[in-house]
Amino acid sequence: MTSDSKVLDLRKQVDDFIAAGKASQAALRLAELWRKEPGTGTAAFVVSRFEKLRGEIPLLSYRLLLLRSFTVEPAIPSLRAWAFVNGIDLIVQLGDFNAYAQAILDADSSLYRFRPEGVILAVRTADLAPDLWHESADLDPERIGEAVKRVSSSFAQWIRGFRERSQAALIVHNLEQPARPSAGLLDAQSETGQSAAIQRINQQLRRLAGEHRGVYLLDYDGLVARQGRIRWRDERKWLTARMPIAADQLIQLSREWLRFLVPLTGKTAKALVVDLDNTLWGGVIGEDGMQGIKLDPEYPGAAFQALQRVMLDLARRGILLAVCSKNNLEDAMEALESHPGMLLRSKNFAAVRINWNDKSQNLREIAAELNIGIDSLVFMDDNPAEREQVRAALPEVTVIDMPEDPLDYATTLRECPAFERLTLSAEDQQRTSFYVAERERSQAEQSFQSKEDFYRYLEQEAEIAPVLPATLARISQLTQKTNQFNLTTRRYSEPQIAEMAARPEWQVLSLRLRDRFGDHGLVGVAITRDEKEVCEIDTLLLSCRVIGRTVETALLSYLAQAAAARGRQRVWGKFLPTKKNAPAKEFYSQHGFQQPAQPGDGSLWELDLKQHAVPWPGWIKLNKIEGGTK
Amino acid sequence: MTAKTFEQVRGIASDLFAIPPDRITAASAPENIESWDSTQHLNFVLALEEKFGFQLSPEEMEQMRNIGEIVKLIDSRLQTTAP
Repeated sequence: MTSDSKVLDLRKQVDDFIAAGKASQAALRLAELWRKEPGTGTAAFVVSRFEKLRGEIPLLSYRLLLLRSFTVEPAIPSLRAWAFVNGIDLIVQLGDFNAYAQAILDADSSLYRFRPEGVILAVRTADLAPDLWHESADLDPERIGEAVKRVSSSFAQWIRGFRERSQAALIVHNLEQPARPSAGLLDAQSETGQSAAIQRINQQLRRLAGEHRGVYLLDYDGLVARQGRIRWRDERKWLTARMPIAADQLIQLSREWLRFLVPLTGKTAKALVVDLDNTLWGGVIGEDGMQGIKLDPEYPGAAFQALQRVMLDLARRGILLAVCSKNNLEDAMEALESHPGMLLRSKNFAAVRINWNDKSQNLREIAAELNIGIDSLVFMDDNPAEREQVRAALPEVTVIDMPEDPLDYATTLRECPAFERLTLSAEDQQRTSFYVAERERSQAEQSFQSKEDFYRYLEQEAEIAPVLPATLARISQLTQKTNQFNLTTRRYSEPQIAEMAARPEWQVLSLRLRDRFGDHGLVGVAITRDEKEVCEIDTLLLSCRVIGRTVETALLSYLAQAAAARGRQRVWGKFLPTKKNAPAKEFYSQHGFQQPAQPGDGSLWELDLKQHAVPWPGWIKLNKIEGGTK
Repeated sequence: MTAKTFEQVRGIASDLFAIPPDRITAASAPENIESWDSTQHLNFVLALEEKFGFQLSPEEMEQMRNIGEIVKLIDSRLQTTAP
């Protein structure tokens, strides 16, 4: 079959599956079609078919508004196709041409009436700074300086104005450099030339984004450079349709937008599971042996070292690494532990499965061991048959399509959007060591007679504090990422948390846990709101790493006592069931809460503070941190 | 008008305008396909450029009055760019 007839066949399969009511099969084929033939035509097909699958497959909806100074319309179908394939149902609205400044500064504009969750501000250098773009060779250093100041303060005004009016995430394109500066070679010789001026604006933008919560910079200049400035541009389309970007490059722009949407919607992966033979090194360890496998700084071993380097980068970003390989355990472990070319060692892997079992079975076990959902796994294997087996058995796993040539492995892994993060907490950077400590802890647990003995042995110390500037990002991250022990699964951005914390009737608490094996970092969040005699629990969650050792009781006890101290008589809490939060289902009934007599949807639980107390678990030491923003 | 190009152009039009390929003929045009508006026309141009790997000039874009004309245009471009 030619590639054309293959993709035609895929389209037919999609429509047949939809007609037969097999939605998840249809979604899998749509993802395959999109991987094989991404483009404007396919995007329209993929979007129209996913729209038919709404309600049949799990999709997260997200409202995105694009403010722009140029035609981006043709990029929208591919953006929505990328989003659908990643489980996001994107509702996109476009701002009017070049009306972004008015839209941002008018609180009643269509921008705010749309109630977006995310906003992209895409402005081109030529539109915002025509003097710097066209006339820079004619400007003296003083005028160049003025232009830089003018553009930077416009951005400052827009970002500040936006934050005053909206809690939505804001993604700002930085400014692109020309393919060739107006002054030719002279430009690079000057500190006050065109490219230096654009660089200075971009530097100011970076600073501005850092100063505001939920404002992120999209390195548009870097994107254009990566693709090639000359290939990026289509002068004809600019002059005829105000579309400055070449047809084949447009999809790269929508892909870059998607990379932001993945962390913004919490569709991120937590662990990368890799095969060994011909993936982590060249050759087969069981046949080629320690001397024979290819793994060194020269060709062809260098390709595999490059891949390992990317994996180390991901680990520093808080992504867990795991091994899943069909091999003899001793052969593979010898290479992992002592091959001189290995940049990764077994201490870098949070879980290891080296056996002859099904890979999908091993992936299930790895997810269980790491206490994360199967949909948080990314799987990388050079063998297409293994990839297909995993895709068919575990459609929730993200499977990376490895290229034929190992020299392309590293780039392919870096391109995977599931690993993108927009903020990084101290916890993220030490995550692997937490899991290694957890392995020791669970070995200790098995040697105790009673649970209480084990709790005492742990020597837990909980530090409970109101939200602080330093913990805001982590608190928001926990609401975005915690699925299992989460009573209401409400997702909050950093600005939303900050706003709640600033109100007198709201309390935002965080819990940090230490024990004899080390520091777990910030692992618990409780958000409550007082109304008359009631304190209602809006959010109560605990990282899966510390479930089942009474820390949840400690957090509830603390907030109930605090509510009583503020004069509240009752605590209300809701359990809102999701596919994943079964571990929290019995929480309220186990702690003396009753369901009120009056009819409701059955989600509400109530604790009468005059009749019931939630005792603090005696084996946990409390460290109370006062202060905060109120 | 070659059959191969016609099939390829028809495939793109079917995707973009959300109608089955067998209902698209050489006479299909913005006048008889409701969803073929100016935005979709630009998308059509971009999809053709992606598929065939060349850029269309504004003059050529004006010649794209119906599917038959588009196939003719693509065929003539393919001949001039063929090795």
